[in-house]
Amino acid sequence: MRAIGILVAVAAALAFQQTILTRYVRGTVALDLVLVVVVYVALTSGPVAGLWTGTFAGLIQDAMTTGVIGIGGLAKTLVGFLTGIVGTQFIVAQPVPRFCVFFGATVLHQLVFIGLNTLLDLRHFGSPYAAVAGQAAGNAAVGVVAFQLAELLPGAVERRRAAKGRLRR
Amino acid sequence: MLDIRQRSGYLFLGVMLGHILLISAQVNSRSGVPVLEAVTFGALAEVERSISAGVSSVRHGWSGYAGLRQLKSQNDELTRRLEEAQIALQQQRALADRTRNLERLLDLRDTSKLDTLAAEIIAAGAMPDFRTLTIDKGTREGVRVDMAVIAPAGIVGRVVLPTSRAAKVQLLIDRNAAAGALVERSRAQGVVTGGGDNRLRMDYVSEVADVIVGDLVVTSGIDGIYPKGYVIGQVESVEKSGTSYKTITIRPAVDFTSLEEVLVVLTPTPTRELAAGGVE
Repeated sequence: MRAIGILVAVAAALAFQQTILTRYVRGTVALDLVLVVVVYVALTSGPVAGLWTGTFAGLIQDAMTTGVIGIGGLAKTLVGFLTGIVGTQFIVAQPVPRFCVFFGATVLHQLVFIGLNTLLDLRHFGSPYAAVAGQAAGNAAVGVVAFQLAELLPGAVERRRAAKGRLRR
Repeated sequence: MLDIRQRSGYLFLGVMLGHILLISAQVNSRSGVPVLEAVTFGALAEVERSISAGVSSVRHGWSGYAGLRQLKSQNDELTRRLEEAQIALQQQRALADRTRNLERLLDLRDTSKLDTLAAEIIAAGAMPDFRTLTIDKGTREGVRVDMAVIAPAGIVGRVVLPTSRAAKVQLLIDRNAAAGALVERSRAQGVVTGGGDNRLRMDYVSEVADVIVGDLVVTSGIDGIYPKGYVIGQVESVEKSGTSYKTITIRPAVDFTSLEEVLVVLTPTPTRELAAGGVE
């Protein structure tokens, strides 16, 4: 059940990423929703889930681009696994730590992604520091909001059900 | 933190390796060959190189060992052949020397009009005071006492003790030996005697006689033993002794230490013939 949920989340993030977030900043996408999903899954489900989610999402994302299949997958696998370990070793339950984790995960992902592309002489990104920082901040913000929503939504539903029950009496 | 020995660690490594292989299969190296192919080929090439080097070194080592064994047997064989060749060479050299000596002896025999008998030296005197040698011819071959013994280089000595199959020869350098002599250039006469060493002395040469160092001294034939005109030696030094004679030192023409074959003069000298006739 949880795997299906992850698949759905990844698919939704990919669809959203491909259809709406198509604006690029200096060769680097402004937001990487797929990465946000990977980090989220890793933090909530552990390193193995983060690893598989990163692999699956990264490979699909690579397949949907014209680049070399595997570079994004490798970067997201690494990020998912390491983030999962961070999630198991540290308490990441507050917005600020979560922001830091998302930010760091994005920076690591971009480091690996840009590094591999440069190393293999596939793409050149010039000086991507600002773009990477912007994407990291954006991903961190989206991730923190996603966590907040995910934690608030079940409580809100419960409260709404409870309120409906009192009215019937 | 991250313990790579955990199951998830191995899983992570496996997945990462899979990604790397996937990327390598798609990316070309600078030579245009896919990286995976290049890396795989390179790795296999290194393995092949290692195996080949190992096999090659073993093969070389074995061939070297086998070669060494063969080389040793070859070396032994060649050493043996070399020793045989050295022995044969020595034999040939000895034969050549002997042939040369015999040729010279034959020449002497042909040039001299004397009746001679070739003899081989079979022994030499053991005592330094008595300079003698033994030849392998004796009375059976006609050797008699006081017969002259000559060599291609000159006078050797005389027969002093013949037996039936051998004879003792007194060398001219023996201290008891003597021969009538003359200086070939000035015809100055004297008597040559042995000194026991390797030098001869010429006595009874007049102080007015013309003798200089380097003059050739030959036999005069008046002693009834040695035929006339055969070389005795060369004047080495000339000194005045007493009031009327010179003392002359002569270096013998014959090297008595290297004699191997000699000729025994069978023909009696005219003086001896006369003496024999007078007796008769």
